[in-house]
Amino acid sequence: MPVLEVEHLTTNYKTLRGWVKACEDVNFQVEKGEAMGLVGESGCGKTTVALSLLKLLPSAGRIRKGKILFNGNDLVKMNDNQIRKIRWKGIAIVFQGAMNALNPVFKISDQINEAIKIHEPGVSRSAARERVEALLEMVGIDKSRADNYPHEFSGGMRQRALIAMALAANPEVLVADEPGTALDVVVQAQILKLLRELKDKLNLSMVFISHDLSIVAETCEKLAIMYAGQIVEYGDTKSIFEKPLHPYTQGLLGAFPSIKGPRKKLISIPGQPPDLLSPPVGCRFNPRCPYVMDICKKEEPGLLPVDQQNHLVHCHLYPQH
Amino acid sequence: MKFSLKLFKRTNDKSNGTPLEGKKKSSDQEVPSEYQDALVGALGLKKYFAIKQGFLSSLAGTQAYVKAVDDINFYVRKGEVFGLAGESGSGKSTTGRLLLRLTDITDGRVFFKGKDISKIPARQMKPLRREMQIIFQDPYESLDPRMTIKEIVAEPLRIQGLTKNEKEIEERVKQILSEVEVVPPEEFLHRFPHELSGGQRQRVAVARAFVVNPEFVVADEPVSMLDVSIRAEVLNSMLELVQKRQVSFIYITHDLALAKHICDRLAIMYLGKIVEMGPTDQVINNPLHPYTQALIAAIPVPDPTHKRGNIPISGEIPSPLNPPQACRFHTRCPYAFSECTTLEPPLVEAEPGHFVACHMVRK
Repeated sequence: MPVLEVEHLTTNYKTLRGWVKACEDVNFQVEKGEAMGLVGESGCGKTTVALSLLKLLPSAGRIRKGKILFNGNDLVKMNDNQIRKIRWKGIAIVFQGAMNALNPVFKISDQINEAIKIHEPGVSRSAARERVEALLEMVGIDKSRADNYPHEFSGGMRQRALIAMALAANPEVLVADEPGTALDVVVQAQILKLLRELKDKLNLSMVFISHDLSIVAETCEKLAIMYAGQIVEYGDTKSIFEKPLHPYTQGLLGAFPSIKGPRKKLISIPGQPPDLLSPPVGCRFNPRCPYVMDICKKEEPGLLPVDQQNHLVHCHLYPQH
Repeated sequence: MKFSLKLFKRTNDKSNGTPLEGKKKSSDQEVPSEYQDALVGALGLKKYFAIKQGFLSSLAGTQAYVKAVDDINFYVRKGEVFGLAGESGSGKSTTGRLLLRLTDITDGRVFFKGKDISKIPARQMKPLRREMQIIFQDPYESLDPRMTIKEIVAEPLRIQGLTKNEKEIEERVKQILSEVEVVPPEEFLHRFPHELSGGQRQRVAVARAFVVNPEFVVADEPVSMLDVSIRAEVLNSMLELVQKRQVSFIYITHDLALAKHICDRLAIMYLGKIVEMGPTDQVINNPLHPYTQALIAAIPVPDPTHKRGNIPISGEIPSPLNPPQACRFHTRCPYAFSECTTLEPPLVEAEPGHFVACHMVRK
């Protein structure tokens, strides 16, 4: 059984002008020890999915439909007290923006300690301290730095400290929202390597959120490509890269420069993502799609398998049954 | 093999001295011939930022500096796309600003069309500004939110006094807007920046830079704020203008994968120094400096079958306030030996047109 199963998740934001359909009918599964990449451009709803998983949505956000099954229990139906028991112990998150996610006026050790104490109220001070030091060593920070303040850490170390904090209560699922995005390539590569190692060592399941296809290519076994609040392609990483089916995925791969291979002219996708207050009728990609047909403007395609059961696409170009 | 290249030899070995002593007489020196043919050049260019200090240390008279750019040499030919790449804090943006004289130069010379412009007064810079323009990183901050698109793009024309005729101004604005594919231009003339998407805003910023027909343009991470699917389009229409008008273009970026696809030549910077420079293909496919090698190894490849090798370096870029002595990379270099900690490696030509500053390569 998958550790995390998301079914028909629909999260919208209430505004004065109506509902912003940031995430519509999203389905995916994450197995034990598996990493799934959730890829899309800014505003496609990937962070909304992440926040929904922990029910940490801002006050305007509502989960309007769907289920989030964590080990078979539906998180959507849980009340605040119940969900608090799942957060951090079951599902933990590494937030975007390593620079701002730590509290500047507390020592790193105190901030990690807080996470431990909240989830294990009975733990003794010395045991908690040992855990903090062990966590920091695990992410590659010397334990002598535990009593430093965040400003004394470099960007990469702050990101490491955040990962240590996320692992404080031994979670089963780690949600990583754009880890390493604001960091330089060398440091970013170190952080990705660390996450991969931790995943293997602790048999973690991961939801890896990124806008960068090349990052998920090397970290995730499975991918979900999001566009305008919907998953448009879903499957294992190899088959998506070998044979991208959705025109958006194809466009994204063409627009991505690679350091390997010959020089090429980068191809872009014309137009821009739609306003999610009133997304296009039918397929949401239809105004930018090079293969658009009449049916695309009327009917919404389903996310259905093509050729193999583990590669699904949300597009009328492929048989809809 | 013997390397001799007068041009890139260090002219000032007292690198720890206060910035203004050293080579004050540089303006009396001859302009090297390579620089006379090039459109833009930097020779021994330095920028030290003085740091605010406490009262006591100011009494002691020890002023500390951040050496943002420390003695770099390069030139850009006409119509060439030259990439300046490096991590944050490597001095690449400062270099771009120094070439345009948007920041005061601490020491060294900047050549533009064979003339030394590093000492000329600000008033005389104004006519030159028509010929040199900059495109900034963030189109959400670089456009005045209270000006219409027409006013934004027309402003350089008005400042330079290129034309007073309103009709002609509007014509030129429309013309350049359609060249950067903000179409149809009539629809955009009276809009404000907040009504435009990020991609369109950056196109307007490109239009503003190109409307005065510059010969030299610096683009400081022009597409790093944009989404991947939009990035390529903006980049392509910018490069089309560069090619069509034979503009010398400095492309500042941290993204080597992107630089590889658009630059003719590439310089890699580390802590205010150029560590490697050469034709893009040579630098990317045959990197000689250990830092360039690590940088390339660290870039993720959009291909799941690609097996990434180990990244040979650890740690992060040291503080430019107190950079390592001699070779600035020796603290992170896997091959560092005794000479690296005592002697600064000069930038030497390792193969035709391909320069590197490393003791290993000189051996």
